[in-house]
Amino acid sequence: MRRIGVFVCHCGTNIAATVDVKTVAKTLGKEPAVVYATDYPYMCSEAGQNIIKDAIKEYQLEGVVVCSCSPRMHEATFRKMVAAAGLNPYMLEIANIREQCSWIHKDMQQATIKAIVLGRAAIAKVLLNAPLTAGESPVIKRALVIGGGIAGIQTALDIADAGYPVDIVEKEPTIGGKMTQIDKTFPTLDCSSCILTPKMVECSQNENITIYSYSEIEAVTGFVGNFSVKIRRKARYVDEDKCTGCGLCTEKCPVKNIPDAYNLGLSNRHAAYIPFAQAIPNVALLDSEHCIKLIKGKCGLCSKVCSAGAIDYEQTEKTIEQQYGAIVVATGYNPINIDGYDEFAYSQSKDVLTSLEFERILKADGPTEGHLQRLSDGKQPKALVFVQCVGSRESGSTHGCGKEYCSKICCMYTAKHAMLCREKYPDTDVYVFYIDVRTPGKNYDEFYRRAVEQYGVHYIKGMVGKVAPQADGTLDVQASDLIANEQLHIKADMVVLAAAIEADKTARPLATMLTASMDTNDFFTEAHAKLRPVESPTAGVFLSGACQGPKDIPDTVAQAGAAASKVIGLLAKDKLSCNPCTAHSDELKCNGCSSCANVCPYGAITYEDKDFSRRRDGSLIRRVACVNGAVCQGCGACTVACPSGAMDLKGFATSQIMAEVDAICK
Amino acid sequence: MQDTMKKRASELLADGTIARVLGWKNGEFVYDPTPAVFDSAEELEEGFVYHDFCGNNLSKYLIKLSRLEGKTLVFLKPCDSYSFNQLLTEHRIIRENVYIIGIPCDGKLDPDFVRASGAEGILGITTDGDTIVVDTMYGNVTLQKNACLLERCRNCKSHQVMVYDEILGENGEINEACGRFDEVEKLESMTSDERYAFWRNELSRCIRCNACRNICPACSCEMCVFDNPASGVSQKAAADSFEENMFHIIRAFHVAGRCTDCGECSRVCPQHIPLHLLNRKFIKDINTFYGEYQAGAEAGSRSPLVNFTQDDCEPNIVCKGGSK
Amino acid sequence: MQVNQEFKPKIVAFCCNWCSYAGADLAGTNRSNYPADVKIIRVPCSCRVNPLFILRAFQRGADGVILCGCHPGDCHYTTGNYYARRRMTLLFSMLDYLGIEKERTRVEWVSAAEGAKFAATMNEFVATVKALGENKRLEDLRCKTQ
Repeated sequence: MRRIGVFVCHCGTNIAATVDVKTVAKTLGKEPAVVYATDYPYMCSEAGQNIIKDAIKEYQLEGVVVCSCSPRMHEATFRKMVAAAGLNPYMLEIANIREQCSWIHKDMQQATIKAIVLGRAAIAKVLLNAPLTAGESPVIKRALVIGGGIAGIQTALDIADAGYPVDIVEKEPTIGGKMTQIDKTFPTLDCSSCILTPKMVECSQNENITIYSYSEIEAVTGFVGNFSVKIRRKARYVDEDKCTGCGLCTEKCPVKNIPDAYNLGLSNRHAAYIPFAQAIPNVALLDSEHCIKLIKGKCGLCSKVCSAGAIDYEQTEKTIEQQYGAIVVATGYNPINIDGYDEFAYSQSKDVLTSLEFERILKADGPTEGHLQRLSDGKQPKALVFVQCVGSRESGSTHGCGKEYCSKICCMYTAKHAMLCREKYPDTDVYVFYIDVRTPGKNYDEFYRRAVEQYGVHYIKGMVGKVAPQADGTLDVQASDLIANEQLHIKADMVVLAAAIEADKTARPLATMLTASMDTNDFFTEAHAKLRPVESPTAGVFLSGACQGPKDIPDTVAQAGAAASKVIGLLAKDKLSCNPCTAHSDELKCNGCSSCANVCPYGAITYEDKDFSRRRDGSLIRRVACVNGAVCQGCGACTVACPSGAMDLKGFATSQIMAEVDAICK
Repeated sequence: MQDTMKKRASELLADGTIARVLGWKNGEFVYDPTPAVFDSAEELEEGFVYHDFCGNNLSKYLIKLSRLEGKTLVFLKPCDSYSFNQLLTEHRIIRENVYIIGIPCDGKLDPDFVRASGAEGILGITTDGDTIVVDTMYGNVTLQKNACLLERCRNCKSHQVMVYDEILGENGEINEACGRFDEVEKLESMTSDERYAFWRNELSRCIRCNACRNICPACSCEMCVFDNPASGVSQKAAADSFEENMFHIIRAFHVAGRCTDCGECSRVCPQHIPLHLLNRKFIKDINTFYGEYQAGAEAGSRSPLVNFTQDDCEPNIVCKGGSK
Repeated sequence: MQVNQEFKPKIVAFCCNWCSYAGADLAGTNRSNYPADVKIIRVPCSCRVNPLFILRAFQRGADGVILCGCHPGDCHYTTGNYYARRRMTLLFSMLDYLGIEKERTRVEWVSAAEGAKFAATMNEFVATVKALGENKRLEDLRCKTQ
């Protein structure tokens, strides 16, 4: 029998307050294989690790059980330590007596008994552990950034700057994302385009960066260091290499009544179009749903006026396949659809806008060329009402589209909007209805205070109950003032709704392709909420920007840079060590029935004919399964599909799990 | 039929198409024929039989025989052809090394029913349409064939041979309206306690002779988990009620999605445990939950247990189900 | 056997490493309570759980077995929980068919973010099994004698 050492951690009082650690160590010390058992306040500390290292040597331990926090927390730490003491790092098991014991139980006796049982299970398992050696796999030194908003742009620039090639895949015809639509940015009020456009241009000029605009991810296979990605390049019907972006085709195109997505449908565009003046790539495209030539085969005006000969009606979508070592998700956000909020008359009145639509009104390249005007009659509004938290912080949403979380950016941009209105048009009255004003962040609260104190914006704590369009074109805003405790009627000319933001719709199918996990709101989950905020739990997949949760521009850029640095760290390695916990097949038991290959998500299992003539009579040549250890990710689906039990999983062997079951049920 | 089969087999042996014949020969008694391999026309003449007691499914033997030099001729009844396809799907049989003659089947007899109907001391049998004439030590007894059929034949799912190189006579048809799930439904409609009592009564008779496992074409693993000490479930004998249950649950689960419902397990059980009711429960559940699936209906189909759809029902459907 | 002692069921919970085990950790981090009767076994994926493990647990005297995995569609290995779902559906249906209380077995999808759901699920499952009492229908009597 192996010589096992058991080390029980107090985790300060985190464990010791509810689990009698001395009793646990003493009891487990009496288990048959255990030759040494002790406890210590912090096993993960250097002193704690030294206790284990010394014991391994002194007692010639062959297996180590640490009763401590979750293996998700310190398994790697302890494995490294065990290896440093000369043991195979996989001769270690962790009994989770913190997250799954001391923190959930109040009764010391019960928690102690449970800790002992968990310790026994770990001992039972470690007795059956086998030394494992990690293989190696090469790293493809190229990164993929999915999404070309400010998050994707910043990540790509930083990776490219470190000398690695990086591809940006953007589903829209241009990179730039939401930031292109925004007028000014808080808290400094500098122009969004002025700070974004240079970065977009830099992307197009950096020779390490390739932009696949108007493209989508079709399939992802492989694993960290070795992803293979299929990218579908949608047909623009314009040759990107030939088009000079002169825009003549977009002027001559006879179809001109298509809602312009850049202006959120507040103005129209042609069927041949360039999304906006600073688009990157600055290349036109034909809207295949509306272009007469593409629908009916007639017209062809754009082709006639194009001196570069770039129009190509025959262009088809193409799928390219590219290999990457790392993937960064930067799919961003969208405002929620607020059609369900009837009480705000959003669908009834042109003068009820979302905040992003209001940005378009304020911005010089928007539908009103930057003049504050009502879309209904072109008049300048004298009274504006801003409604906060439309769809945010809504529990038990009655509208079917509300979100429980805080969208984080609305308080600040509303303060910005209010301030801009009052600055440009001092004769306007501006009201902001809020639940709470949340403005943590450098210079943020000062910014909000300025809106209130310097610009005289009326901040009213309370929610708007109803917006009723009046016959004279005004909007009757009915609201409650929770502080004055009174009902208000405000005669407004314009109402702006701070719609909640949500993860982009493409994120969910993408997460499935990447096997990256998401939370219930479709935001990507980080590997650790605090300590690994830019990594997805799926190795080699990183998170940048609002795809991980609502974020403003400074936070997004910071996270984008952090994701880039993680990618650079990965790409700097020539080889990665593989997960040694892979499946393997006992060829003497294998039927060669293909059940395992049928359930393998990675195509890691192949078959070969083997000659067994000397080992068994009757069946001479048999088909047997072989597992490619570099491709296998160790899920274990095959082990259960296998009818004969030939397939087993290293690190989570059938015998090990059975031993744990036995120990727990004892 | 027996003579036609013998004649055709001899021809194929003579022209070198095949190297051997897999068929049946009589056992100690006429009602316990056993699978047999014949290498020559002489051997065929001497021992080959085919009559209504020849219930054995021959497919499983081809795992080994198809790996021998030269082709093996096999006679497949409709039931057996499903098993053959299933084994083909699982790459267990080398198709090129097998020559299949499909034979129609009107059902095989259960010797117990024959005896119970008054024919003790069976010496021989001849079938004439719906009636059988049993030659006994006490003279001939004429019986209605229907009354003496094996359970699986009374609820025959298909008269169609699914795979063959040639067929003797007319191929039959799939019997969509067979009542093979009636018994399962009856059990499902019982209370949990009644079902428990029913199965305790049945399974407690198990003597772990392994006949069900050994005859089952799906139980053809190179090494069975019950014989493998590393599997954690190896056992040679059922020591208590748990192990009686365990063996049959695991066996049924291992063949779930692969079992063609050939009924051999129940046919050979010396304790008359209705083992087919376990397999049919899985088949019925699979049909209900994941759409109609008949293992072995076509070679190369994907078993429902190594397949999925994103909209599959949740396991709590069992709790919501109609059974009490 | 003590007569007056409260029945403490033995519950084995198989949790996939990526979602449910993390969800269980989160339940701990949030200090959510659930009975100490629940003992968790970490598996890489719900698809690693062989029906044999569940039967083994019952054999050794478990009163309830629960399998937790990532939500369908969120499997770290893309498809593992889809297979687990089919396997467990059929196994549970078979156990029910044999007259073994179906409430003793359960599959629940718990994401890494659902610490509260994990605790609630365990509380509810333990209560259900407690109400059923000791597992008598599927156990190895020899394992109980010690």
